[in-house]
Amino acid sequence: MESVIQGKIFKFGDNVNSDIIIAGRYLIHIDPEELGQHAFEMLGDGYPAKLRNFDILVAGRNFGCGSAREQAATAIKGLGIKAVVAASFARTFYRNAINDGLPIVECPALVEAVQEGDIIRIDLAAGTVNLGGKDFTFQKIPESVRKILELGGLAAYLKSHLEAQSDVPR
Amino acid sequence: MGKTIAEKILAAKSGNSSVTPGQIVDAYPDLVMSHTATWRSASVMKRIGATKLYDPDRLAIVLDHISPAKTEKYAADQLVSRSFAREFGIQKFYDIDAGIAHLVLMEAGHVLPGALIVGTDSHCTIYGSLGALGTGIGYTEVTSVWLTGKLWMKVPETLKIVLNGRFEQGVFAKDLMLHLIGTLGADGCNYKSVEYYGGGAESMSVSERMTVTNLSMEMGVKCAFFPPDVNTAQYLEGRIAKNKYEPVFADPDAEYEKVLELDLAKIEPMVACPHEVQNSKPIGEVKGTHIDQAFLGSCANAKYEDLVVASKILNGRKIHPDVRLIITPGSKKIMLEAMQSGVLQTLLEAGGLVTNPGCGACAGDGGTLADGEVCLSTANRNFVGRMGSNKSSIYLASPATLAASAIHGVISDPREFV
Repeated sequence: MESVIQGKIFKFGDNVNSDIIIAGRYLIHIDPEELGQHAFEMLGDGYPAKLRNFDILVAGRNFGCGSAREQAATAIKGLGIKAVVAASFARTFYRNAINDGLPIVECPALVEAVQEGDIIRIDLAAGTVNLGGKDFTFQKIPESVRKILELGGLAAYLKSHLEAQSDVPR
Repeated sequence: MGKTIAEKILAAKSGNSSVTPGQIVDAYPDLVMSHTATWRSASVMKRIGATKLYDPDRLAIVLDHISPAKTEKYAADQLVSRSFAREFGIQKFYDIDAGIAHLVLMEAGHVLPGALIVGTDSHCTIYGSLGALGTGIGYTEVTSVWLTGKLWMKVPETLKIVLNGRFEQGVFAKDLMLHLIGTLGADGCNYKSVEYYGGGAESMSVSERMTVTNLSMEMGVKCAFFPPDVNTAQYLEGRIAKNKYEPVFADPDAEYEKVLELDLAKIEPMVACPHEVQNSKPIGEVKGTHIDQAFLGSCANAKYEDLVVASKILNGRKIHPDVRLIITPGSKKIMLEAMQSGVLQTLLEAGGLVTNPGCGACAGDGGTLADGEVCLSTANRNFVGRMGSNKSSIYLASPATLAASAIHGVISDPREFV
């Protein structure tokens, strides 16, 4: 996973729930491409096609609330979105994003400052988001968990532990 | 300084003598629940080449969403889950006939006070009705716990909610929760643990406590608890031996982030309006709204007590001819009890349709809504498109409000019938 992510943002409001991100009828899929085709479909109005012109999602409070469905994070990845910045995340989405290798950033100040179509630059290692020359800082995800994200998700992390014959029993 | 229930359980399950909010620990759950999502966790395991579980006895599998299978794909997925259970000798395996995972596991005595339970469902918070720490995780993380026995967890801050007084006639735990979620918001308790106390909490049956801890999820909680008491012990009697569990209580001087007090007597029947649970209103502001369908189901409100509440109102009456009333009992045990007591007959004679137990229409299985249709539901979510068309609407209410509304064909105040 890249440590620096730059791109054009699309902006959502508060409380975007995981039923909106990917409807229950598509949970028969686990493949990112397949899920990406139906992401945000419930919003109608040109979704998800119009999101393909953006690189990063920015949202208000409580992004990913509701169902614990992991495919909410997978579907966003499947859309080609490289990261999600929100004022806050629901805890299940936060975990699922890390476990799916989707970088997430909690940064309320940036959310307030940014407009749809703006270009931002996220430096995950430094813990900063840059918008128009101004740096916004955010609290990096816990050190002990960062390795999962860096390896691209929990499945890859488990596999690497298996191969190292460490604490994953064969 | 004293400790809260979540702090004590997470300390015990991570081998720490004590933990504090914000601390990250490696915790070892006593039970890992996976429902219809089991095939996904099994495929992750296969993909990474793992073949050995940490402890097969800690797994519980219940096929509850979209069951029985409605397409070949669902059938194939269920086959993967079933084969996995057989291959690894999972004793706590429940097939499509059993009902909703949460209710099935509690009925079977697998949910113990003081336990740490994770599962592929956000409403695992319901296990707090018996004093267990339950919380939802994704399917890959379930695979991880299957293999390693553990997961990282952040110790949450705790809110204390003191419930005083008693409900008026016609007002129930569901109304309390729609009120609370409306007041605190969908993220009012994000990442937090909640503990319920007070005379009002003590007077609640375990069934009502299940509704409260289930709906607590809709304000973002990580977990929610009723401290185990005589009602808990009564529920567990005959399900699990007393010497098999150790209830966990908060210390008298435990540190709470916030303490809220509520008078149950002041709660009115409430309705959550489309398309967010936090969009809840007193019945007076919503009554008269036309409904096409009424769904009495879900892990929030399809327990035996819920069916009884609805049947008392529907007894000897007929539902409005323009309303479809779908009743999906939470579990086979509940269905059997309702059959033996005549509750099912009352519901059927009033004009209802009874389906097989499980998640049913709440998970988009049957009872699908067309463009412009309105469903009043006893479930826990009214998100756009959750039950079908994204141009349909879902309102949430108690089983009593549901029964009264099914009779009139419009959202109605249940107090007329008590």
